[in-house]
Amino acid sequence: MTEPAFTGGPLVSFQGVGMRYGRAPEVLRDIDLTLPQGSFHFLTGPSGAGKSSLLKLIYLAHEPSRGLIRLFDQDAATLARSALPALRRRMGVVFQEYRLLDHLTVFDNAALPLRIAGRSFDDYRQDVLELLAWVGLGHKISALPATLSGGEKQRLAVARAVVAKPDLLLVDEPTGNLDQEMGRRILRLLKELNRMGATVLVATHDVNLVAEGQAPVLALNEGRLAAPRPASAAAATAAATAGGPAAEAGPE
Amino acid sequence: MTFDPRTDVHDGLAKPAPLFPRQSQQDRTLGLVVAVLCFLACLCAMAALASDRAASGWRRELGASATVQVRPKAGQTASEAAARAAEALAGARGVQEARALDRQAAEKLLEPWLGAGNIPEDLPLPRLVVVDLDRRRPADVATLNQALAAAGVDAEVDDHGRWIADVRRTGDITRGAALGALVLFAVAAGAMIAFATRATLQTRRDVVEVLHLAGAEDRFVAGLVQRRFALLAGEAGAVGAALAAAVAALMTLAGGADGLTPVLPLAWTDLLAVVPCPVLAAVVAAIAVRRTAMSILLRAD
Repeated sequence: MTEPAFTGGPLVSFQGVGMRYGRAPEVLRDIDLTLPQGSFHFLTGPSGAGKSSLLKLIYLAHEPSRGLIRLFDQDAATLARSALPALRRRMGVVFQEYRLLDHLTVFDNAALPLRIAGRSFDDYRQDVLELLAWVGLGHKISALPATLSGGEKQRLAVARAVVAKPDLLLVDEPTGNLDQEMGRRILRLLKELNRMGATVLVATHDVNLVAEGQAPVLALNEGRLAAPRPASAAAATAAATAGGPAAEAGPE
Repeated sequence: MTFDPRTDVHDGLAKPAPLFPRQSQQDRTLGLVVAVLCFLACLCAMAALASDRAASGWRRELGASATVQVRPKAGQTASEAAARAAEALAGARGVQEARALDRQAAEKLLEPWLGAGNIPEDLPLPRLVVVDLDRRRPADVATLNQALAAAGVDAEVDDHGRWIADVRRTGDITRGAALGALVLFAVAAGAMIAFATRATLQTRRDVVEVLHLAGAEDRFVAGLVQRRFALLAGEAGAVGAALAAAVAALMTLAGGADGLTPVLPLAWTDLLAVVPCPVLAAVVAAIAVRRTAMSILLRAD
């Protein structure tokens, strides 16, 4: 498993990127975006703004309708199909709809990226157990996803995304089903991974999370990306709106 | 929250679960079909071995003897001519024994056509000399003719060459038919498994997508399906082979030394023909799955 060479430029860069589904109008337009290595950003915007679509472009699940995307210093448009798995193994993704495998236990779902990376069961067993304990699922390692609550599924999805310590972590609505305490806990985990060198992009409309995250905010609106707001401005905006309709993180 | 591996390690975490779930109904049906195909393939292989053995035996018997039809000369009785021919042939190189059949023996040969006791006493019968050839260095037709000519006997030598050729051709056809049937069974099993692979990858598209998004290569995904179906085919093949061996063993026991019939003289060693069946089933499954899965996965994104 050889990883593509990375020369130290931005981990993700978009120039004039557009995206559409089928023949429908573009859901993303003229996106210019740069995620330097080791950065932490929030991606905010109302429902339907295109947050998940933008993440799809980054994790190579969808092709842009125009523009240039560079990932790990490589032009995504010229990447051979055979090169995609190696790039994807450097990313961890928390999907909004979790995408857990229903026939696998909590433990096996969380360990999936490590199995794909070729690590042996004995090698990853302890790491996975510790991570599951950290996200509060240590007592449910043998449970199937169907028996988990929404919040537990979300925590499991986070655990699966971070277990292989990816270089780039893409998180789509990580706290939508979590109570505030567990939301903070997940945020601390993401911050810790960021401190260890991971580049993190968190798509959310949870203003409390943004306020606590103390990170620059990329705001999407109707498919267009506004200029990044620094962490302090974002926190101020979040504080001003806290308690209002934007505070959508419901309890578990 | 703290984690204590000594107390929080849970039971039942012995090994990772298969990434592709078993689909009990589909797997059962597929297993049954593969087991039946393997059962038939094993019976076919054992029948081919038995018929080959029968054909070899017949060829050996026919090749080890010759028949000479003697034509008496004027003033000579048929018995005298036959005795003279037998005497001449017995001394030829490559002949073990030559014996003239008397009239009674000649009548017995005609009984299947004319019936017992229906042959008039004065009916002239061709007189035959049966020649047993040396199995290691059998005399050829020319040698026998030479010996007869030297003794002044007018006779026609039949070395059974036509029968041997017929038996050989029949054996070849039987072997070819058995081989063809085995290939057809393998193709049928491969097609079934390819169909099941396609169904699995389509019904569990969610699994394939998650694996791809987590960085799994196509050959990794194909390998998962391949292992699953190869194992299933191997197990089903073992069941089919065991059943075929049991049936063959019963036939051998029921038929005594000749097997069920002298035409198919099954030997205990023929049962070994079932041994490669599970492995072959697994290999056929592995090839079919790999080809099908890779072609589907390459078109998946």
